[in-house]
Amino acid sequence: MSINWFKYSSPVSFYPLAGRLLPWFAGVTLVLLAIGLYLGFFVAPTDYQQGEAYRIMFVHVPAAWMSMFIYLVMAAYAGLGLIFNTRLSSMMATALAPTGAMFTFVALWTGALWGKPMWGAWWVWDARLTSELILLFLYLGFMSLQAAIDDPRRAARAGAVLALVGAVNVPIIYFSVKWWNTLHQGASISFDKAPSMAATMLVSMLIMSVAFWTYTIAVALQRVRCEILERERHSDWVIALVQEKQT
Amino acid sequence: MQDFFAMGGYGFYVWGSFGVTTALMLLEPLLLRRRRQQVLRRLSRSRDRARMRSHKQQKQVENNTAKVKHETQT
Repeated sequence: MSINWFKYSSPVSFYPLAGRLLPWFAGVTLVLLAIGLYLGFFVAPTDYQQGEAYRIMFVHVPAAWMSMFIYLVMAAYAGLGLIFNTRLSSMMATALAPTGAMFTFVALWTGALWGKPMWGAWWVWDARLTSELILLFLYLGFMSLQAAIDDPRRAARAGAVLALVGAVNVPIIYFSVKWWNTLHQGASISFDKAPSMAATMLVSMLIMSVAFWTYTIAVALQRVRCEILERERHSDWVIALVQEKQT
Repeated sequence: MQDFFAMGGYGFYVWGSFGVTTALMLLEPLLLRRRRQQVLRRLSRSRDRARMRSHKQQKQVENNTAKVKHETQT
């Protein structure tokens, strides 16, 4: 039996697959967000130190995780595109960047709103916060670099180099709370310690994280579909598809 | 109910966080939908133009052949 591993690496077969997957990811996102928000606001207890303000963590932590994960996935796709010259990988990298930038902004924004009542400052130049801000600039740099180059293949290559070099920043963000003496607290959930929060808090946070994942997948699939249509607009199948849509 | 929105005095911070996050996560799919519609509209327009062009060219070819035929006959 031979499996064609590259079947869905071509835009022609990936475009309809993405269209079929999209409603499932969108639906799962809505359900999980509803459950996560319910648990986060009505079931999880008030924190004995932070009062109700800790509930900001239910968006802050998942958004911060996503900002790092998306960057790594984006860099991986960009690297694949660079090595194998696969158009779809480069398009996936391009499609992930705006969502990654959005989550990075959300992490910084909610962090500031948590920091003001808890630390007494909207912002401090601490290693965690600074490296996360650099991550935002990496996303924006990736997007503007690609937007500035007209030839899509050259744009993909230049973006890939930037994404891969910038990937060094992700472990720096992750381990910053260990390597430096920062104001930011340590990891909320780590692999070598038992969780230090109530089970309902942990469950709410994990459900919100999965919801952010499925949201990202849904949005990235839709964006890559737009990207495919634009770049393949001269191919027969796109012309046929548009024709079909019109009638 | 009022207690819920007050969030123990942290209402501004909690709702400021959740509000902006919700707004962005609604805005992004909306912008994407608009982009998709724009792409499809642009593609169908350029297809119409291409069709018109080829139609015109065909007519021109027909005219030319007719002309040539006419000239050779006379």
